[in-house]
Amino acid sequence: MSEPFDLLLRSVFIDNLALSFFLGMCTFLAVSKRVDTALGVGLAIVCVQTVTVPVNNLIYVTILAPGALAWAGLGDLDLSFLSLIAFIGVIAAMVQVLEMILEYRIPRLYRALGIFLPLITVNCAILGGTLFMVERDYTFVESVVYGFGTGAGWALAIVLLAAIRERLKYSDIPDGLQGLGMSFMVVGLMSLGFMAFSGLG
Amino acid sequence: MANRYWNSLTTPLIGENPITLQILGICSALAVTTTLDTALIMSAAVTCVLALSGASVSMIRRYIPRSVRIIVQITIIASLVIIVDQVLKAFAFEMSLRLSVFVGLIVTNCIVLGRAEGFAMRHGVLTSALDGIGNGLGYSLILVLVGAIREFFGHGSLLGVQILWTTAQGGGFDPLQLMLLPPSAFFIIGGIIWLIRAKRPEQVDRSEFQVREQMQEERR
Repeated sequence: MSEPFDLLLRSVFIDNLALSFFLGMCTFLAVSKRVDTALGVGLAIVCVQTVTVPVNNLIYVTILAPGALAWAGLGDLDLSFLSLIAFIGVIAAMVQVLEMILEYRIPRLYRALGIFLPLITVNCAILGGTLFMVERDYTFVESVVYGFGTGAGWALAIVLLAAIRERLKYSDIPDGLQGLGMSFMVVGLMSLGFMAFSGLG
Repeated sequence: MANRYWNSLTTPLIGENPITLQILGICSALAVTTTLDTALIMSAAVTCVLALSGASVSMIRRYIPRSVRIIVQITIIASLVIIVDQVLKAFAFEMSLRLSVFVGLIVTNCIVLGRAEGFAMRHGVLTSALDGIGNGLGYSLILVLVGAIREFFGHGSLLGVQILWTTAQGGGFDPLQLMLLPPSAFFIIGGIIWLIRAKRPEQVDRSEFQVREQMQEERR
């Protein structure tokens, strides 16, 4: 199996951000009541993640990493403590830019995503993807693949959960477990299911 | 007066627990709870950030223009998290390695932004700080509970001290592998929610309509 394809499989199934690292859980549980909204959020996440992870990779490698400013004659400068603020800034800016592009170019998708687009700024899956990329020293190409893969994996998970929850509406659940409690149980079971993929890698 | 301060400290513990009722900050609650000590450190970090961000946002709340308030809040929170991260790296380096990216992820922890936006923007400095501490403690309560359950059944120990001797060590306790895996955290929190709601039926989400209201809360 070729290297990028392997990474893609890993990030979609085995290292699924939602089900094995619990990232983006707030959005994951809050907007998974209907399949169509879930699909919208999933798409938005894929778009933002595919753009922000490579951009943050470029910023980290050329400016923030220890010794990265050697090209400017500042070889012994270590700006990595600034990375959090830089990353969250890039994410907020990217979401804003994406929002404007979608509004003018693809208004239908923009309307479908609605409020969920700005909310993505504070979705931990996005920042988490970037931080994992830094921690694992991905190259630029790897970061593109990783960004797309994790976004797609998150989207897959939320659509699956929404589908299950739509069916759950008709089932008889104990009072205290209704709603949030039951969603936790379902996500736990899904997470167990996804663990079966770990044999793929 | 004193009563109001007390209330803002204690209601988030169970009555309005950020994790089990407001669905905020779940991500980190699940990921760092495989052992009790990581859960404790994470709780301390989040409580610090919550209290300080509540106080500082509330201090400058009259000078923040409405249109850029989210960015201002995020910047304040991110700076506080950087401080916490650096302190951890300086004084507890091994712990910061084990928490890996999750300290950084406090920035996007919805509790912090949610309290800054929803509470600190409208209340005084002291109340906001206490509200931050209260929410931090509510969060810690769940985190420590889950961490303790997972470490006890997964390793037979608490805080690294062996309590039940496992079969591998010649004792009679067979550790539950499931407790160390991600899914167990979901089951435990689901169970805790069930317990709380069985005691306090007013917290149960009833109909679709209520659910929608909750979603709008989130959007704000």
